Amino acid sequence: MSAIEFKNVSRSFGRDGKDVLVLDNVSLTVASNEFVAIVGPSGCGKTTCMRMAAGLEFPSQGTVSVAGKPVIEPGPDRAVVFQQFALFPWKSVYENIDFGLRAKGLDEAERKRLIAHYIGLMNLSGFESAFPHQLSGGMQQRVAIARAYALDPQALLMDEPFGALDAQTRVVMQEELVKLARKNPRTVLFITHAVEEAVYLADRVVIMTSRPGRVKEILDIKSIREQEQWDQHARVEDVMDLASFVHLRTRIWKSLREEHAGDPEH
Amino acid sequence: MSALKVMTDRERFTLTCVGTAGFFGLWYLAALLQFAPTKFLPMPHQVLMKLVQLCSEPFAGAVLPEHMWASLKRYAMGFGLAASVGVPLGLLMGRFRWLDRVVTPIFDSLRFIAPVAWVPFAALWFGTGIGGPTLIIFAGAFPPCLINSYRGAKGVEVRYLEAASMLGIGSFRTITDVLFPAAVPSIIAGLRIGAGLGWMSLVGAELIVANSGMGYMIVKGQSAIATDIVMAGMIAIGAVGVVIDVALRKLEKRLLRHRQQS
Repeated sequence: MSAIEFKNVSRSFGRDGKDVLVLDNVSLTVASNEFVAIVGPSGCGKTTCMRMAAGLEFPSQGTVSVAGKPVIEPGPDRAVVFQQFALFPWKSVYENIDFGLRAKGLDEAERKRLIAHYIGLMNLSGFESAFPHQLSGGMQQRVAIARAYALDPQALLMDEPFGALDAQTRVVMQEELVKLARKNPRTVLFITHAVEEAVYLADRVVIMTSRPGRVKEILDIKSIREQEQWDQHARVEDVMDLASFVHLRTRIWKSLREEHAGDPEH
Repeated sequence: MSALKVMTDRERFTLTCVGTAGFFGLWYLAALLQFAPTKFLPMPHQVLMKLVQLCSEPFAGAVLPEHMWASLKRYAMGFGLAASVGVPLGLLMGRFRWLDRVVTPIFDSLRFIAPVAWVPFAALWFGTGIGGPTLIIFAGAFPPCLINSYRGAKGVEVRYLEAASMLGIGSFRTITDVLFPAAVPSIIAGLRIGAGLGWMSLVGAELIVANSGMGYMIVKGQSAIATDIVMAGMIAIGAVGVVIDVALRKLEKRLLRHRQQS
């Protein structure tokens, strides 16, 4: 069964009295425990896709469903990792992760166990009682990822989660997410404009056209990754040196360049 | 002195002394030049001596500390009520648009009525004991408590509300754990303003009381044409007002100590 399904989804915004079409008839399915990344030029509506799966926005036409149910509101079965972290500054690391677990009605022992597990997994041990502003950007985003994973959602929705981080931190986070995702396979919809990141992380990469966003092509990365044994390499840069990686990256770049061709800014 | 230069403690102290001396100097000058008869404009030292005297010799049935204590009790009631109604109501109005629509038009008209205007009704409805004065202080302190709490709740960043909704946080918890902490700086500022306005309403509130309070003492002094007692009362009210504000500012600093600088 597909975990996330976009069926003929269109979305338009009213602007200056005119309707601007942002997404045009997008159909896309993400299988259970599949990691799908969407790349596309800015303004192509990729973030809108994620927000519709989260229930923070709604399609003008078509349907978005998660685990077979149409999305009508936000909920903990679709955990979001926001680009700007969105941790609560007045709650400690522990309390930030605990907040959603309490709302789910888990008993204290279970919450403690889950929080300890994900704090360990995201290398946050020793920072349980720290407040977000005392942490670096990378650590804050680790807390946000731990918070999302701990909810044990049907789908994880990540909106350029590493976009606000510096280049070095970003690489470390990508490696950690790969480890986490391979160890704990989850259904992930990952939005990014960084091509390398998409190829490195995802099982499939969806390339979108510039506005109005349509699905341009979908590339299967997983089969190549497994065939070429990318996971044997611990470091991003080693994977990125592999001919198979370079090939895929270039292919996506070229595809995205075509989208920029008609754009006077580029 | 350049606006950018940081003043030393000594410079600050000197300037404060200059200001204070200037104030009393002008007061003496006005009194000595008989701007008004001495009976109506007593000299500063006469007033200060009266102030000291009032602490041991009863006037209007009590010594000054007793009047002050009676006032502080009424003030605590009125301000406490204003804060405990205004802050939650403001948060709820910031959260629920329908409540905002229900309350705002009425509130916006009522808040421009000076607290003193409520005096006759306060006495008629709630009596001249604790109820009436409490209502008048409440009328003074309530608007900033409500408005700041409301603005704080309205100003919460959307991403926090989105994060709460995706975590499955219910309405009550969203208010107590997201809106309230996000609004705390604004709420505390509102409480400070409310505390000041409430204290300012005190004399009005005690126009109607029967037997005690700083306002009552001033009113009695007025009818006895004892201007030194009236002025001594005014100075005492002003001094306690400063103490309240300084205490709240200290509290504000403490509460916001751990806040993120952003």
